[in-house]
Amino acid sequence: MSERAIRIALPLAVLALGVLAWDVVVRINEMPPYILPGPELVLTTLIDDWPVLWRSLLATLTTTLEGFALAMAGGVGLAVLFNQSRWIELSLYPYAIILQVTPVVAIAPLLLIYLSQEAAVLACAWIVAFFPVLANTTLGLKSVDHNLTDLFRLYGASRARVLWELKLPAALPSMLAGIRIAGGLSLVGAVVAEIAAGASGAGSGLAYRIAESGYRLMIPRMFAGLLLLSVTGIAIFFLLSWLSDLALRRWHESAVTRET
Amino acid sequence: MSVSPASQEPIVTLRGVGKTFGSGTVALDHLDLSVKGGEFLAVLGPSGCGKSTALRIMAGLAEPSRGTVAWAGGDDGRRAHGIGFVFQEPTLMPWATVAANVYLPLKLAGTGWDAAAPRVSETLARVGLSEFANAYPRELSGGMKMRVSIARALVTAPRVLLMDEPFAALDEITRFKLNDDLRTLWRELGTTIVFVTHSVFESVYLAERIVVMTQRPGRVFTELAIDPAGRDAGFRTSAEYASLCRMTSDALSQAMNARTAA
Ligand SMILES: Nc1ncnc2c1ncn2[C@@H]1O[C@H](COP(=O)(O)OP(=O)(O)OP(=O)(O)O)[C@@H](O)[C@H]1O
Ligand SMILES: [Mg+2]
Repeated sequence: MSERAIRIALPLAVLALGVLAWDVVVRINEMPPYILPGPELVLTTLIDDWPVLWRSLLATLTTTLEGFALAMAGGVGLAVLFNQSRWIELSLYPYAIILQVTPVVAIAPLLLIYLSQEAAVLACAWIVAFFPVLANTTLGLKSVDHNLTDLFRLYGASRARVLWELKLPAALPSMLAGIRIAGGLSLVGAVVAEIAAGASGAGSGLAYRIAESGYRLMIPRMFAGLLLLSVTGIAIFFLLSWLSDLALRRWHESAVTRET
Repeated sequence: MSVSPASQEPIVTLRGVGKTFGSGTVALDHLDLSVKGGEFLAVLGPSGCGKSTALRIMAGLAEPSRGTVAWAGGDDGRRAHGIGFVFQEPTLMPWATVAANVYLPLKLAGTGWDAAAPRVSETLARVGLSEFANAYPRELSGGMKMRVSIARALVTAPRVLLMDEPFAALDEITRFKLNDDLRTLWRELGTTIVFVTHSVFESVYLAERIVVMTQRPGRVFTELAIDPAGRDAGFRTSAEYASLCRMTSDALSQAMNARTAA
């Protein structure tokens, strides 16, 4: 079997075993669905409730993508700004760190007081997701080969030129690594904020739907929602990995398949 | 041992140049060196004696702590001459193709690709890499990368070429080949070349004049003129080459023992 096939087959086998064990446990103990629904029931719930779940998923996905887009723009933008001005970097970087280390679960209820719900959810998605982009891009912009920098200087390149032609391309691999992390994190941020918002009794996203199902003891629907959320997270991760590989394929060691 | 006659005008002169780094390392101490227009000068010295530092100061990439660097025509003169710099490592942009790497100096000077393309391909042909114009650096061997780096330095047709041990990391066969190519280039283009090396054999093979530096803190120990009867295909194996190498080698070991108080 090829390496690639094994990579796919092994996790799938683990998944199958897990689902089987879950099914067996539920059947042997004759567990009622409001305690632990079996895989079959979760699947039928997913299909039956699809219209509701799908609409909720779209709502969450929209927030996630918006938060992600803002996180990319904010992370890269701030990193470039920091790189151009040491003063700005020294003044603002600590606050970026503070924002990062304060758990978003704790910030979300506060934001919900002052912002509209959509804005608060978006802000949470942004807060969790922008930092990896900022940190990685900052590092990337600083790790330019000194000799290349000297070369640009020798030929009298302007600051803008150096940034555009040298620093940004050199930073691209780490920038993309940050963006890949940010994709999953913006989903986490959106979910956390939705749950917090759900406690206040309003919302339309998938996480809100899960929380609501919990209150109403619709446990199979909770599981179906959770399943959908994980699949979404996995899809985001793979999509971003693929895009990043596509961008770096021609030149970066992380993406090239080495011919030996 | 004879000193080369100062037949041509100096193109750049370092006077009493010293460099002390922030760490307290004195890399250069009172270095006097002048490079004459059109010459092939080798700067020979032990590792860590400040050769790279001297070359960077010459190029304006580092500031001397003491002393002066004077280019014929001042700072504008330096820019007008155009300097090509070849680093010890290839120093290519990994995200750009070979052609794009070679195009860089022209691009930074504002030349559009259409106008630059003929010069880029001509320069690539000169270093024998025409077929690899669209390859990426990682697809090249070490020697090929070095040739790209040299092509990039040549593409602006600089009057002065500063080279920092450009072949140090290469195998002997490739190095010999590139040595010959460089000699040919120098003859054809009339470029002034300052070639930093710690190889006695390489400096004798290439240069017309060798400046031997002392150990750190570096200063000029002596100068040797290399003026063989002929530099044909047999030069590398000739008795004359061997004796020139011996002479240079002796000078280098004297330089290494000359611990002149700084
Ligand atoms: N940026 C720097 N900061 C501090 N010390 C430096 C720096 N660059 C060089 N040095 C020191 O200056 C001395 C001379 O360095 P330089 O690179 O000029 O030597 P070199 O003659 O080119 O050596 P090599 O043949 O090994 O390349 C060394 O002792 C080195 O440690
Ligand atoms: Mg050096």
